[in-house]
Amino acid sequence: MRGEEQCIRMEKVSYAVGGRRILDGFDLDLRRGVNRTILGKSGAGKTTILKLLLGLLKPDAGEIFIDGTAIGGLSESELTRVRKRIAIVFQGGALFDSMTVGENVGYRLFEEGRLPEAEIERIVLEKLGFVGLEQTIDLYPAELSGGMKKRVAIARALAADPDYIFFDEPTTGLDPVGVYNIRHLMLRLQREGKTTLMVTHDMETAFAVSERFSFLHEARLVFEGTEEEMRRSDLPQIREFLQPTDRSLFMGMG
Amino acid sequence: MPFIFVENTVKSFLLEFQAFFALCGKTVVRLFQRPAYYREFTTQLDKMGVGSLFIICLTGLFTGMVMALQALIQLKPFAATSYVGGMVAVTMVKELGPVLSSLMVAGRVGSAITAELGTMVVTEQVDAMRVEGTDIVKRLVATRLKALLIAMPMLAVVTDAVSLLGGFVIAVGYDINLLMYWKSLSQFMVFQDLIEGVVKPFVFGFIIAMIGCYAGLNTSGGAEGVGAAAKRAVVLSSVMVLVCDFFMTKMFIVFR
Repeated sequence: MRGEEQCIRMEKVSYAVGGRRILDGFDLDLRRGVNRTILGKSGAGKTTILKLLLGLLKPDAGEIFIDGTAIGGLSESELTRVRKRIAIVFQGGALFDSMTVGENVGYRLFEEGRLPEAEIERIVLEKLGFVGLEQTIDLYPAELSGGMKKRVAIARALAADPDYIFFDEPTTGLDPVGVYNIRHLMLRLQREGKTTLMVTHDMETAFAVSERFSFLHEARLVFEGTEEEMRRSDLPQIREFLQPTDRSLFMGMG
Repeated sequence: MPFIFVENTVKSFLLEFQAFFALCGKTVVRLFQRPAYYREFTTQLDKMGVGSLFIICLTGLFTGMVMALQALIQLKPFAATSYVGGMVAVTMVKELGPVLSSLMVAGRVGSAITAELGTMVVTEQVDAMRVEGTDIVKRLVATRLKALLIAMPMLAVVTDAVSLLGGFVIAVGYDINLLMYWKSLSQFMVFQDLIEGVVKPFVFGFIIAMIGCYAGLNTSGGAEGVGAAAKRAVVLSSVMVLVCDFFMTKMFIVFR
């Protein structure tokens, strides 16, 4: 039955680093077509959730399912197969310094070695065109601005035609135009059938691109719901997050 | 309380030891697997081998000159200065050539490997590679190991050759001609010495590459972490080169 599920799930996942609890019995349900944002204060463990979902980190307890397959006991090569349906845009872009933009975008296709070089080049140009950066194909990441790096990272994520795309703080450090660009790109991706899971502090972007929200507080999931439910929530952590007051000064919020 | 501290220290040491040898095992297996990442391999070979040539030549030249000077001072009272070539050769080919070139490479290449991989880890490039379906041991570690396994013996041979040249430059000042210098080489050396002079740097290359890669891939904590990892890799690989040199010399003496 589970093999036919179209979702990514976390069930009672716990994770700790050096004795510090990052997640404690955390649940998450990312269904195909339902875009979600994970919210929480800085250092709460939001990026850790993305890395656990991708199998880059192993949970101490609990299980993670990708389209019905439990990834806990999978080897690296089996994980690679499962991960093919997922792509991630890391916070800083994580572009490979030693490669050009074109090589970065076509990286997975070159690795797979299934397509001829001309076909890969066509796909690379198409994906770079999607983010409006065809002219940067021969540049190195060091020659790009922060916003351009994130757009190239999105193009790289798209090259493998994934079903799910994870975004780790996609708008952090960008000017308003950069933020608008990223938001616009995410909405276009969703229209093309991609499901997005985002981790961010940028509430405006979160509400613009997601239907459901998970709120992480002190290693636990304290809220799950829509924007409206979130705005109506009486939980003090949520109220403080949506409208910070003097009470949150130096309390580690944001 | 002190007992728990000792227990934890021993445990973490053994775990690290285990992780290091696991990485070594995985890497050796992947040396023979496809894809071989020729572009990455040749880039590394160029960086590690060709890039180290200048420093290696300087090391060999001055060590050879110093060895010749010291040997000539000792040999002169016995009117045996004609043996200087052999003395320089036997010391350089068996010991100083492999060890000094390896120490230089540990400083130059070992730190570069760790810093490069460490930076890739802290900027999430390694995670990105894994998500893109790359076997990072095959792509990042095996290529570097392969490059250094080839480059290190060659660099040691260059060090030996340049040191012999340096020794000859000094010997000329003591009225020793090329023929005398050349003939004394075969009087002091046997074929096994040449084998020793190539096997040792091969093993040292393995140590430097693996410690560098292990430290790099286990970097944490941003720029400071990268610096700390590079320092650890250089110190550890330098010490391990010296320790292994002793045991390998002992083995070669046993099988002599």
